Amino acid sequence: MSTAPQWKNPVVRWVDERLPIFTYMDHEYNQFPMPRNLNYFWNFGALASIVLVVMIVTGIMLAMQYTPHVDHAFNSVERIMRDVNYGWLIRYIHMNGASMFFIVVFIHMFRGLYYGSYKAPRELLWMLGVVILLLMMATAFMGYVLPWGQMSYWGATVITNLFSAIPLVGEWIVTLLWGGFAVDNATLNRFFALHYLLPFVLVGVVGAHVVSLHITKSNNPDGIEMKGPQDSVPFHPYFTAKDSVGMGFFLIFFAFFVFFAPNYLGHPDNYIEANALVTPAHIVPEWYFLPFYAILRSITFDVLFIPAKLMGVILMFGSILILFILPWLDTARVRSAKYRPIYKYVFWVFLIDCIVLGWVGAQPAEGTALIIGQIGTFYYFIHFLVVMPVLGKIETPLPLPASIAEPVTGGGGGASAGAAAAKMEKS
Amino acid sequence: MRKAMMSAAAAVLMALSGSALAAGGVEVPEREWSFEGVFGTYDRASMQRGLQIYKESCSGCHSLNLIYFRNLTDLGYTEAQAKAFAAEYEVQDGPNDEGEMYTRAAIPSDRFVKPFPNDNAARAGNNGALPPDLSLMVEARPGGANYLYALLTGYADAPAGTDMMEGMNYNNYFPGHQIAMAPPLSEDGIEYEDGTKATVAQQAEDIVTFLAWASEPNMEARKKMGIKVMIFLIVLTGILIAVKKRVWADVH
Ligand code: HEC
Ligand code: HEM
Repeated sequence: MSTAPQWKNPVVRWVDERLPIFTYMDHEYNQFPMPRNLNYFWNFGALASIVLVVMIVTGIMLAMQYTPHVDHAFNSVERIMRDVNYGWLIRYIHMNGASMFFIVVFIHMFRGLYYGSYKAPRELLWMLGVVILLLMMATAFMGYVLPWGQMSYWGATVITNLFSAIPLVGEWIVTLLWGGFAVDNATLNRFFALHYLLPFVLVGVVGAHVVSLHITKSNNPDGIEMKGPQDSVPFHPYFTAKDSVGMGFFLIFFAFFVFFAPNYLGHPDNYIEANALVTPAHIVPEWYFLPFYAILRSITFDVLFIPAKLMGVILMFGSILILFILPWLDTARVRSAKYRPIYKYVFWVFLIDCIVLGWVGAQPAEGTALIIGQIGTFYYFIHFLVVMPVLGKIETPLPLPASIAEPVTGGGGGASAGAAAAKMEKS
Repeated sequence: MRKAMMSAAAAVLMALSGSALAAGGVEVPEREWSFEGVFGTYDRASMQRGLQIYKESCSGCHSLNLIYFRNLTDLGYTEAQAKAFAAEYEVQDGPNDEGEMYTRAAIPSDRFVKPFPNDNAARAGNNGALPPDLSLMVEARPGGANYLYALLTGYADAPAGTDMMEGMNYNNYFPGHQIAMAPPLSEDGIEYEDGTKATVAQQAEDIVTFLAWASEPNMEARKKMGIKVMIFLIVLTGILIAVKKRVWADVH
């Protein structure tokens, strides 16, 4: 398929013979075969990479002006906003960039869920994605503590306290996180150190994610493998061009928030300096944590010998960890929901469940909201533990097209060829 | 499918963020502000009147710690005017060569002078209640400018049967309705330097405009840059779409 390029420039050739970075780039980003039928949902991985770079660049610029000390952190952020040249721009980009990161990554993941991208042979690729999500969450959580506003402080207090529910080692872990006996200066310092470190770990894991992608190649809306050159187009110029269009739209969306609604996704309480003596009326995390926060708080009763608090913590982490084994929970033989007449609807029910949980996460944990949260949590796990395994067994998939090229070019074949292919895919 | 997924994404965003903001507080009436919207700017005359209110009324209790006298040029004052405004205040400086602290007239690079040396003194002077710093007040409350306006104009007689606590005032919009701050604005309670009639509503609008600026002094620069960036991005995206169509022409 791909041929080793002949480098004309003598310097390039000299380097390439000793360290084949040019051949590697040519192979992975120039000639690299991409399914020709990808839709715009395949842009979101590229968008996530862009946001990661934006976050690191703006983060380093903020770190040059930020002071990680409980007496100065809040005012140093306000100094960035008021007196540092374009500091407001850098901070608003970084602040909203975190939300953009999660929007992009959530869409990226639901794309995977819809088209079955987590199924063989892409299990490891998917699992690396779950690691990325966990790292992002840790990074964003610790970043939110840095401006040392009321939500920073109380969010940190509530979330770090969760670890105390873990039997035996819980208290020890909490003390370790705090660096003392309360959220205080030592906590702020270690969170800053880790907030600086984790994005670079993230870069490493994203690298592994991409390498793994380039082994399996991209999945596509039909969920069938590329069978030859007629099914693919080279990455460049086709996907450099297509990803650029996605980037254009994304940057417009991003810029809208940065310039015209920079605090819309934030919480007003974080413009009040942290105060250990005044608890905010409602402690709510950033929007991207709300579904998980809802799961955490929905367990208000002990389960057998497990206390309610511990069970909430287990389910909250479980709701993400369960994604690791999804490739084996889903027993269907075709990937794409396009050819799964029942899963097609199950997917939407699950998506709505996640949105409802997000809504519940923003409400006080009482009354109807609590009950809705409990039902939502229950369904969340039923979806993975019961629906996915059972559905794959009982659902009859629609006939798959013979190849990617066929539905794209609209060329003959028809249903009979499709049915034959479906049989092949199953065996 | 694609459309459905797009609108679902939008719905997630709206549902989550909207509800997060709505948490807590009394419903506050919406007003129109000079600084709202994509092209909004702070009304200079209103801000100047607001500064006068802050100086003559609020500054007796509330600090404005994040504002420097030099920032007053944002309100349309000249540097000389900002300097003259600063010179009316005294600040402590030092130590001098003899190791003594001394007071001197404030200069533009000084911060606004706070009314109380520390929180305890502020509480002692206000029946135990702490008047919060006003520098970020508009950003630090759900509802922002609308809430502040409603608060300042929202004093009323307590409904019959309300159990008012000692030294508290009834307010329609303050969470819990009992606020330690006495109504700070009164009809013609101030004589505006520019001759504007000082109704309570007028004063509230002016002080809130001033405080909105104090919360986000760079808002005008932000929106101005935003419009340029948007135009650039829209043109860029148009070009990228055209390029993509050309590149893909032979595939479809
Ligand atoms: C006599 C002292 C005093 C004066 C003068 C005063 N305030 Fe206050 N203010 C207070 C106190 C005390 C509180 C705290 C109230 C509480 O927590 O119950 C307060 C609270 C506030 C709050 C916060 C309300 C909230 O939602 O928490 C705002 C806004 C405010 N004042 C604005 C003003 C403005 C604007 C002026 C000038 C027009 C002003 N104040 C004049 C004493 C004062
Ligand atoms: C994975 C990428 C990253 C994410 C998701 C992220 C997330 C966040 C979040 C949510 C905040 C709080 C924003 C606020 O309310 O002001 C924050 C603040 C901050 N981040 Fe990051 N960040 C990332 C990368 C980085 C990097 C690489 C650095 C630099 C070393 C950095 C430095 C900072 C600093 C100094 C602050 C505090 C200043 C502020 O609050 O604006 N971040 N980050």
